[in-house]
Amino acid sequence: MNKVKLGNAVGESFLYIIMIFTAIITLYPFLNITAISFNDYLDTVKGGVTIWPRVPTLRNYEHVLKNELLVVGLRNSILRTVIGTILSLGSTTMLAYVISRKDFILRRVISLAFVITMYVSGGMIPEYLLMLKLKLANTFYVYLIPGLIGAWNLFVIRSYIDGLPESLQESAKIDGANDIIIFAKIIVPLCVPVLATIGLFYAVGQWNSWFDTYIYCGSNDQLTTLQYELMKILSATNVEAMSASLDVEAMKRQAVKISPESIRMAITVVVTTPILLVYPFIQKYFVKGITIGAIKG
Amino acid sequence: MQYINTWSENNKVGAYYTKKRKKKLSTILYEQKYLLVMSIPFVIWLIIFKYIPLWGWTMAFQNFQLQKSFFEQEWVGFEHFVTFLKDPDFYRIMRNTLGMSLLDLIVGFPIPIIFALLLNEIKNGYFKRTVQTVSYLPHFVSWVVIASIISKILSPQGGAVNELLIALGIIKRPIQFLAIPQLFWWIVTFASIWKEMGWNSIIYLAAIGGIDPQLYESAEIDGAGRIRKMWHVTLPGIRATIVILLILRVGHLINIGFERQMLLGNNLVKDYADVLDLYVLEYGIKMARFSYGTAVGIFKSVVSIILLFIANSFSKKLGESGVF
Repeated sequence: MNKVKLGNAVGESFLYIIMIFTAIITLYPFLNITAISFNDYLDTVKGGVTIWPRVPTLRNYEHVLKNELLVVGLRNSILRTVIGTILSLGSTTMLAYVISRKDFILRRVISLAFVITMYVSGGMIPEYLLMLKLKLANTFYVYLIPGLIGAWNLFVIRSYIDGLPESLQESAKIDGANDIIIFAKIIVPLCVPVLATIGLFYAVGQWNSWFDTYIYCGSNDQLTTLQYELMKILSATNVEAMSASLDVEAMKRQAVKISPESIRMAITVVVTTPILLVYPFIQKYFVKGITIGAIKG
Repeated sequence: MQYINTWSENNKVGAYYTKKRKKKLSTILYEQKYLLVMSIPFVIWLIIFKYIPLWGWTMAFQNFQLQKSFFEQEWVGFEHFVTFLKDPDFYRIMRNTLGMSLLDLIVGFPIPIIFALLLNEIKNGYFKRTVQTVSYLPHFVSWVVIASIISKILSPQGGAVNELLIALGIIKRPIQFLAIPQLFWWIVTFASIWKEMGWNSIIYLAAIGGIDPQLYESAEIDGAGRIRKMWHVTLPGIRATIVILLILRVGHLINIGFERQMLLGNNLVKDYADVLDLYVLEYGIKMARFSYGTAVGIFKSVVSIILLFIANSFSKKLGESGVF
């Protein structure tokens, strides 16, 4: 009996150690780059900065704010996230409501047409040429319109609406409400949990995307985004760092010359922070959100 | 998975239709005018942005030129496909694509399952929720940020990994990890595991939550310990979920994407970083060989569908239910 208890205790501690280790491995890189971003960049090259800045400074962030491209990028990232999320979420919810209506004549056709797009897509080049032809390339609209509705998100919201009691809609209809009023006054307020989840997904998608900037708006500085600027700096440092030899003196010279790592880390922190700020508020919703879609299917 | 859902509900709609059919079409359209107003713009959007690009597949069989109309294009049959298969780079690109995908599958697929099983064993609710919340976090951060973090963590100039290895006495001089071609696949794989492990475990945790608690009770009465319960109750309970996700993963073996390779790669590791999607980007868009790039894209889709069917029939032969 004692042996069993001891075995259990060992197993239990082992379990907790693994989990704490996982949490540390996940969090440490974020803490490390935050510390580096607040550390003097000449000092950073010496190494040894862990989770607390050794020579604290705000200079890295001043550099970020002085860089005009980064400020434009920040503005565009915020704009596309706010406008894009509102547009996408509104459109997706509206369409989800329409295809949840069992009497709607186009319900089957529209659902099927969206299901198909989950499995086949034209691919990179036809989409690229389409954007050129529609003259969406090199405009802000290319951030908003092509990704307006995600099929998966559409079906998650529809599943949620399907789960609402139908009697609410019927009684509103008897009171003389039309479909638009039912949607706006009854369906939307009841969908808040799922809308929070899907809204988070859209917002994160908008905030994180860089490839559309790279491929469609790469030459236009006025349309740049924060992620794209970070990507440019990253590939520039990759090239420089790889061509530099490993001897320390060369590294120091290089660290002064090219955009120092601490500044890159400051941008990385700026790009990551908004996600860290909204995440705790919404995370209680999203687990429910993603399992609705999966389990129902 | 959603696919099944859509169809099962359509049966109910069918019954509704037969009752309604007596009404004139124009009456129905008039009654549903608001619903139509709310959906038609999105149908148009869908056709333009999702179905017109599908029509673009015809380009693969032409020598497509931007300024010509569809009827003026020169048709060349399968020429571009043959060119691709004969390209000296073909072998290298397929090796990298499938190599990294298989590493993702073999190393990356079991880890979220193991993580979910271990997490499920933790009884302290607060601790469990905290670990979960932390583990989902990297999923929401872009690959640009992750690549930036990884290049810092692996950097020879004060990167955490080098410092740790030096402190432990394993290496004497810092290593430029991202410049070593043989390590590139592993770096990409571990980066993805680090980013997605927690997120991918959600679905298994949900499946574990759906297991009947009575099964655990009777296993306990039979004298099963913790590990045997895990093996004989929990794992069989989530087997269906594992199989479905595995089939979908196999179907995606060739759809490796390009983000990780593009952001973490550099000229020194190019031989091991070039994958199909990067090749399409390079040839199809940067060099404006639109037809050729589209042909490579179609090749990818076809292989992906074949893999999906193979995995599906394989799992049915083993007595599991397939995806379709």
